[in-house]
Amino acid sequence: MDTTVPQRFVVPIGPQHPALKEPGHFEFTVDGEQVTGASVRLGYAHRGIEKATEGRNWVQNLYLLERICGICSHVHATAYCLGVEKLAGVTPPPRAQAIRVLVAELERIHSHLLWLGVAAHEAGFDTLFMYSWRDRETVMDILEALTGNRVNYSANLLGGVKFDLTSELTDKIYKGLELLEERTYQYVDVVTSDATLLQRTRGVGVTTREQAEQLGLVGPTARASGVERDIRVEAPYAAYPDFPVKVVTATAGDLEARFVVRLQELFEAYRLIRAVLEKLPPGELQARMPRKIKPAETVSRVEAPRGELFYFIKSNGTDQPERIKVRTPTLCNLASVCVLAVGSQLADVPMILAGVDPCFSCNDRMVTVYSGDTDHTQWTWKQLRQYGIDYYRR
Amino acid sequence: MTWQHVVDDIRTWARVNSPWVVHFNTGSCNGCDIEILAILTPRYDAERFGVKLEGSPRHADVLICTGPVTRQARDRLLRVYEQMPEPKFVIAVGSCAISGGVFQGCYNVIGHIDEVIPVDVYIPGCPPRPEAILDGVVKLLGHLKNPVLEETIQEAG
Repeated sequence: MDTTVPQRFVVPIGPQHPALKEPGHFEFTVDGEQVTGASVRLGYAHRGIEKATEGRNWVQNLYLLERICGICSHVHATAYCLGVEKLAGVTPPPRAQAIRVLVAELERIHSHLLWLGVAAHEAGFDTLFMYSWRDRETVMDILEALTGNRVNYSANLLGGVKFDLTSELTDKIYKGLELLEERTYQYVDVVTSDATLLQRTRGVGVTTREQAEQLGLVGPTARASGVERDIRVEAPYAAYPDFPVKVVTATAGDLEARFVVRLQELFEAYRLIRAVLEKLPPGELQARMPRKIKPAETVSRVEAPRGELFYFIKSNGTDQPERIKVRTPTLCNLASVCVLAVGSQLADVPMILAGVDPCFSCNDRMVTVYSGDTDHTQWTWKQLRQYGIDYYRR
Repeated sequence: MTWQHVVDDIRTWARVNSPWVVHFNTGSCNGCDIEILAILTPRYDAERFGVKLEGSPRHADVLICTGPVTRQARDRLLRVYEQMPEPKFVIAVGSCAISGGVFQGCYNVIGHIDEVIPVDVYIPGCPPRPEAILDGVVKLLGHLKNPVLEETIQEAG
């Protein structure tokens, strides 16, 4: 055997794998322990939701789009509702907008605590995983008391929200926040001082500010690299103009910074929820929506827990949309994994992947990736259709 | 009591007391997956029943599936199922796993789990509460312990 030629060894991971709970297939080319190449194969959770929206009416789509992602279902519904309301020229009442913000921030707390647990689990720190998921139950209880469901709360309606706040609920939320705030201080302390965890996070997967801007990162991943990008501040929607958000950033760009940014965002979320509860505007919960919407198109952007969520909605005068396009934050962030993984240790790769808080069910859109040797010709609809038929005939 | 009978009893006893679980997402929205993770965490604590989440299907007894089966995930689901040693049990969690749920009719969705592999326990809900998932697991274990009794209860009820 000729040992002078460097061996190319590929480590395949997925789609069923212990690291993440979602299907995604990765191939890492390694030289010893060093990763020299990375590629991602997505699409295991691609269900074709965008196409399915075209066959359902505006109200049915609300429930379908909520199920793009179970973790951030409320922001998907909010983005969709805000877009459709803009198309129909309906302004939801201020109380509804404030409750949307309230649920969105509660969801951010649940999502960030969930991420903290999963990321700690990737680092082999299962104690932190158990602690953070135990405390996450507090916010799940609040969401359940508020909306009746732990996940997929469907608090939104076209033109408003379904649920109102009572004084008992308000007390419950205040009490829950108090507990969570106390616990979050401890988590900040743990992730910045625990020596074992720091060895897995400090200086690992460093994304510079230039890289972050070049790769188009969004959300906490970008903010950990010093990019001040937050839709709640850049283009405030719902009740965010009345409840301004302070953007949390860090400059280091490594995994530790991402931990710290997400935990500091929790404090910001607690502050926002308290502000909303104190200044909750009185009034109606829902404005009347027309059944059909005249032909128009619009764009709506919201800040999901993972970053910017983008909806393009086009109506055609019927009670069904003509086209809905969704761009989720994970798709923007996932490119950074392939870049950052190259040159790092194989053992750090799960941490780097978890660092962007990937969500494949959000992410699996139709994406065509051209590798260097592919023919860059455009396909016509007929060719694409034929390819699809041939592919599934096999 | 024959020798074989004793061996079988010991095997069942061991199986019921430590079911190792492998989880596969066949195209779910994550809602069920986070609830499955939640049953492993302190409040629900499925480890009381000996349940352990295992990474490799080759070491697992129970396959927990979530979500409708997408065309991409179908082959993988079959492969994961075939890699599991006998006897194996499948739990379908969530409305989508049972019937396709809201994703019925989507072009990339084949359908529900039992169109691809046989399912032992169905847990409905969107997503099911962690208590419901625990209940499903415990029912499966009860069935393993005493199949005849459980079947009579089902027929009667």
